[in-house]
Amino acid sequence: MSQDVQTRNDTAPVVPPKPSKWRTFLDSDIVYSWKRQPVVILATLVTLVMFAAALFAPWIAPQNPFDPRQLELIDAFAPPMTTSDFTGNFYLLGSDSQGRDVFSAILYGSRISLLVGFAAVIFALVLGTALGLLAGFRGGWRDALIMRIADVQLTFPSILMALLIFGVIRGFLPRSMHAEVAIIVLIIAIGLSDWVQYARAVRGATMVEKSKEYVQAARVIGLPARKILFQHILPNVLRPVLVIGTIGLALAIIAEATLSFLGVGMPATQPSLGTLIRVGQDYMFSGEWWILLFPGMALLLLALSVNLLGDWLRDVLNPKLR
Amino acid sequence: MCADTAVKPASPAAQGEILLEAQDLARYFDVSKPWLNRVIERSERLTLRAVDGVGFSIRRGETLSLVGESGCGKSTVARLVVGLYGLTRGRLTFDGEDISDLASRTGRQAAGVRKRFQMIFQDPYASLNPLWRVGTIIGEPLRFFRPEMSSTDRRRRVGELLEQVGMSAMDANRYPHEFSGGQRQRISIARALANEPEFMICDEPTSALDVSVQAQILNLMRDLQDEYGLTYLFISHDMAVVKHMSDRIAVMYLGRIAEIAPAEQLFEHPHHPYSKMLLAAVPSLEGVGKERSVIQGEVPNPVHPPSGCAFHPRCPHANARCQAEVPRLIARSDGSEVACHGVEEGRLP
Amino acid sequence: MSSTPSSVNQSAGIGHEPTAAAQEPVLSVRHLRVEFPTRHGTLVALDDVSFDIAPGEVLGVVGESGAGKSMTGNAVIRLLELPGRIAAGEVHLSGKRIDDLPEEQFVPLRGRHIGMIFQDPLTSLNPLFSIGDQLVETIRAHLPMSEREAREEALRLLREVGIPAPESRLDSYPHQFSGGMRQRVVIALALAARPEFIIADEPTTALDVSVQAQILALLKRLCADHGTAVMLVTHDMGVIAETADRVAVMYAGRLIEIGPVDEVVRNPQHPYTKGLMASIPGIARRLERLYQIEGAMPRLAAIPPGCAFNPRCPHAQQRCRDERPDLMPAGGSRAACWLHDPVDPLPPRLDLEGQEVSHVR
Repeated sequence: MSQDVQTRNDTAPVVPPKPSKWRTFLDSDIVYSWKRQPVVILATLVTLVMFAAALFAPWIAPQNPFDPRQLELIDAFAPPMTTSDFTGNFYLLGSDSQGRDVFSAILYGSRISLLVGFAAVIFALVLGTALGLLAGFRGGWRDALIMRIADVQLTFPSILMALLIFGVIRGFLPRSMHAEVAIIVLIIAIGLSDWVQYARAVRGATMVEKSKEYVQAARVIGLPARKILFQHILPNVLRPVLVIGTIGLALAIIAEATLSFLGVGMPATQPSLGTLIRVGQDYMFSGEWWILLFPGMALLLLALSVNLLGDWLRDVLNPKLR
Repeated sequence: MCADTAVKPASPAAQGEILLEAQDLARYFDVSKPWLNRVIERSERLTLRAVDGVGFSIRRGETLSLVGESGCGKSTVARLVVGLYGLTRGRLTFDGEDISDLASRTGRQAAGVRKRFQMIFQDPYASLNPLWRVGTIIGEPLRFFRPEMSSTDRRRRVGELLEQVGMSAMDANRYPHEFSGGQRQRISIARALANEPEFMICDEPTSALDVSVQAQILNLMRDLQDEYGLTYLFISHDMAVVKHMSDRIAVMYLGRIAEIAPAEQLFEHPHHPYSKMLLAAVPSLEGVGKERSVIQGEVPNPVHPPSGCAFHPRCPHANARCQAEVPRLIARSDGSEVACHGVEEGRLP
Repeated sequence: MSSTPSSVNQSAGIGHEPTAAAQEPVLSVRHLRVEFPTRHGTLVALDDVSFDIAPGEVLGVVGESGAGKSMTGNAVIRLLELPGRIAAGEVHLSGKRIDDLPEEQFVPLRGRHIGMIFQDPLTSLNPLFSIGDQLVETIRAHLPMSEREAREEALRLLREVGIPAPESRLDSYPHQFSGGMRQRVVIALALAARPEFIIADEPTTALDVSVQAQILALLKRLCADHGTAVMLVTHDMGVIAETADRVAVMYAGRLIEIGPVDEVVRNPQHPYTKGLMASIPGIARRLERLYQIEGAMPRLAAIPPGCAFNPRCPHAQQRCRDERPDLMPAGGSRAACWLHDPVDPLPPRLDLEGQEVSHVR
């Protein structure tokens, strides 16, 4: 009914003076919905702050935790908010067994977590979208093949899948290269374990768009399949993909943390948030709680706020829920 | 008010050359379950004979309408003609050229024929790419068929087209969602006209519109036909709309043509029992308070059509021959062609 | 009724409504106003809509999409989509006011006193239960019957709506029926509790013409037999012409003409109704051009002041732009148009031949 009211009535649209792009954006439903949800506003702020902190880590962090020369072993296990009597360094969130500043480690660690997360999502998104488009547009045996592979992969938990892929890739590489390429292997492993949901969403959307009359009109003109696919269908199926991508980012960050926590991800010399948590848990019961707690909270905040944003975006962009 | 006229004036087209000829068109769809399900459930392959042996010809400048209830195959015929579906059987000739393999021709190979016809679709909310500006949508055929055209010329042409369909050239910069259903259908028509086609296939162009908007669109289509000498293949389920638009009408039932006749002829003296039934079922303003003659039964599932004449289970005049033998279209002296054993044998008028 | 003495005048004062004038109406809607508060302001979706339906009478409600015809039905049965709400007016069912009932007292009215038939039969039928079970459940929810009696009653209903061999179809599921048969089952369900009022919203729009005729004939016959009042909402003037006793024409959320069906169809009084009737292609006549109302219905957010039709009306004058007309006696019906003002009628514009001007180009 409300649709009947707002969109279906046959009306000569009144032509108002064209508002600027920015004004149109500020007036859109998305901004309206955003402004009315304090939780979403908070999640946006937290996300932005953490992204910025990670991005500008070298300028913010008091030390570079990846550079052993900057670590002061003598400052090991400094509690939060202390200034070292020996070096005069201030440890906002304390330091770990190597004398590494936990605050700096978190900044650099979330940098790696976000890098891996983004790269893995983009990898999965591109792969999944390409396969989904192919399956949905061409159909037939290609569709059957791709979707059966996807079904089989879905029967494994994705973290197990990532572990498996990680192990297989590492098996082909000489041991000496493991630390260097860890980050790339991690991206591929998480990306490969995650393409299925993009492929499924894109395949479904492609089949819907393919049957719509604007695509048929393009086919009547005789437009080649390549043009129809990239000019008409792809732009129209991207919306659900981007929403999945946002939620997928949170999952990829957690997947990376899980792998690193299990000791198969980032090495202790280049710690991500997951690695920091793994290292920190050794000290959980010996009194140095901050080594575990602060990286854990950082991961929680990051994953939670990205996830909240993704959920909100999905709701606001989903026409069925409106 | 406008004056009533007996017929749409006999256009010079009535005796014109044949532009499109369809012979024995057929299109089957495989509607079986996937292979694994078939093996497990031991079910047979299922074939839907959406169109099964349809033949007609359209002369230059005339309007031929295909009319029938849902599942009769009229939209499939339209899609066969423009090459959206490939033919299972049959032959299509457009202005002397065999285009039976149009669906499998790609890109430039088919451009020579394709630029001479265009299609208008039913759903104004799905027939325009929602992410494109109206100008880009209307310019699409121009960009493809006339790549040599400069973008300034193309923009000017798009403006002309918009004005031709009763809109403003300024509308080119707006997006489809800013327009109502009727206006979107005008944009669709402008896109179809862009490349000056000779032949338009119109698939239920007004069935999603309100009546007053329908009148605007139908009038526009008639005006364009007069101005450019367009030939229409018009698909509709609405007998009154079909009567208003057509020179000749083909009544379809379950994938076959039951009767094909000049418009006036069909409305005044329908021969096939199904044509009579369809006409009797039209709700009419003239019949206030009168009940329509109620016809029993519904269109059967086209996957399992009845044997012989597909209409025989609903036909009051069916006999043993109707159950066994598929009737063929037979020309009559009054200009109509009818596929009915009863009419052929003289049992029915 | 007694609470609104002015409305009695309105409905009883019209001599050409034989059924309505004689009996107390089953449904009486008075000055109904429905609003949709949005962030850009409040949209008035229904504005001052009043009508009655007598026992056994079929009132057709027509209009184009967005005119408010479905909204009227939904407001009566309180199925308005959020954030829509009834902002003013009254709804009486069999003399009892129902629009101010609390939700828990209103819900039982649906089904028991108000039957509902929608466009898509599948929205009214539960795909997981056999139609026999659904009928028995509905009957027993509203009428004091045993399981066996209810099953007998279900059989009787199915036979009444023309389902062949109902004994064998009682245990079938909705998907095993064809579209027309499903709609028959829905009619049986709507009639199961013997309601005094039925709302049928586009009941035949999804059906083929031949089946449409069957369903309309059935609906009309059953309601006449049971004395059920029907509100038939449709965009199809042909359906109204052959089914309804009276017609209400809606435009931009307002009732602009109401009267007996043959009056409104043959001799429409409001310029919009005239245009609407003339724009419908008929099979009995053949016009070179269809009559065409220029422009389109205004959006709810941009309804012009005065008469909502004035920007498209060939007779519009200053008064039409300033003052909104109420329904006034016009010919055999009532129309909301200043051309029919009993005190000071607006003169229609005439063309050179003395005919009323129209839009035909």
